Amino acid sequence: MPILTMLLNGNETSVEIEPGELLADVLRDRLHLIGTKIGCGEGECGACTVLVDGLAVTSCIYPALKAAGRQVTTIEGLQQDGKLHAIQAAFVECTASQCGYCTPGMIMSAYALLNENSNPSVEEIKESISGNLCRCTGYYQIVEAIQLAAQKLAEEGGETS
Amino acid sequence: MWREYLFPQSVAEALEMLHAHNGSARIIAGGTDLVLQRKEGKATVEVAVDISRIPGLNGIEVTGDHVRVGALVTHAQVAADPLILERAAVLAEACSKVGGPQTRNVGTLVGNVVNALPAADGAIALMALDAEAEVVDLEGKRWLPLKELYQGVGQCCVDACFQIVTTLRFRSLESSYGSAYERLAKRRSLILPILAVAAVVGVDNGRYQEVRIAMGPVAPVPLRASAAEDSLRGRPIGQEAIKQAAAKALAAAQPRDSVLRGSREYRQAMVEVLTQRALTRATVAAGHSLE
Repeated sequence: MPILTMLLNGNETSVEIEPGELLADVLRDRLHLIGTKIGCGEGECGACTVLVDGLAVTSCIYPALKAAGRQVTTIEGLQQDGKLHAIQAAFVECTASQCGYCTPGMIMSAYALLNENSNPSVEEIKESISGNLCRCTGYYQIVEAIQLAAQKLAEEGGETS
Repeated sequence: MWREYLFPQSVAEALEMLHAHNGSARIIAGGTDLVLQRKEGKATVEVAVDISRIPGLNGIEVTGDHVRVGALVTHAQVAADPLILERAAVLAEACSKVGGPQTRNVGTLVGNVVNALPAADGAIALMALDAEAEVVDLEGKRWLPLKELYQGVGQCCVDACFQIVTTLRFRSLESSYGSAYERLAKRRSLILPILAVAAVVGVDNGRYQEVRIAMGPVAPVPLRASAAEDSLRGRPIGQEAIKQAAAKALAAAQPRDSVLRGSREYRQAMVEVLTQRALTRATVAAGHSLE
């Protein structure tokens, strides 16, 4: 069986996989990173969103071997030293999560956005999560949470610089 | 899923891998369509030949008066590329509508063509750009007009078990040209269009000099509205001319009744509306007012 080696949440990680395995299955079943959810399994709902070299991808239709040698970031990679990432904290604060199943994917899409664009407009936020379906919230709180996170990150950035 | 998953380092090596497996291996690029087809049990080949690590296939460049798009260029790249925005805005617009952000980050424009759906946004825009595809196999390479690639719904004459499309090319739209993409869908993301129309116009001395209109899905393959194009060529720009051309596009379109996409009658009526909108916007983009 081939060995997949990637930089997973900052750590070089190697795992033996089947040639045709998909990244979501490798993350969940072999590496037990079950924060990444599988909703539709067809690349439609976005629950399985992770970042590969900074770009959001639906890991349920992403052949795992494509990730070889690349940087993969999952929802588990966001918190630092037990402290929630600003986006995660904002989701809590805004009650942007109901059943919670879409939340990791939403947060990863928001994370990809804020890495590229620290001060997004509401339209840009909506665009960034347009590949993520939520059947509970109606999206309003999610957009609010991402706005709040952008604001908090800007403040944090201001403090450290 | 796949028995073997290979990463060739060159086009020649990829072709050798395909040849060695004699039909049981096929090309994969982004895989956003192919993986789904496999999950549905439709694409059953045992070996995947992944071209994503072949150097030189991931660029957008201008050579002479052509724009060239490599086989690994994603929809997201096309949608944001300054060269494309300047020289083929219709293609950037179409690619920005495909799937959601995650699909656009992975799925390639060439894949959109080879997958051969009549509703493929990228392919519809490429038809209006008169694009050609470079098809490479062990016998050599040749450029084929896009419309010659299509044989039916989901059927492309490129056999991904033996051939590779390495590059797409089309003429840059000069400053006297304008283009636009109009799309109707049930929602703004993650859905194929009910209907889409791509228009390219070139204007000279207040008259339409060049007109190309592509639409889909109104037939088994993305379709050019030739009669509508002919009716505009040489005519002074204006709403009346656009209206008449749109009526000719309607006459050429043969959409099916579709549970997902609406009735034949509705979709035909919308061909006219979208063609009118696309031509109007393309004319304005060419620098002309239609007031």
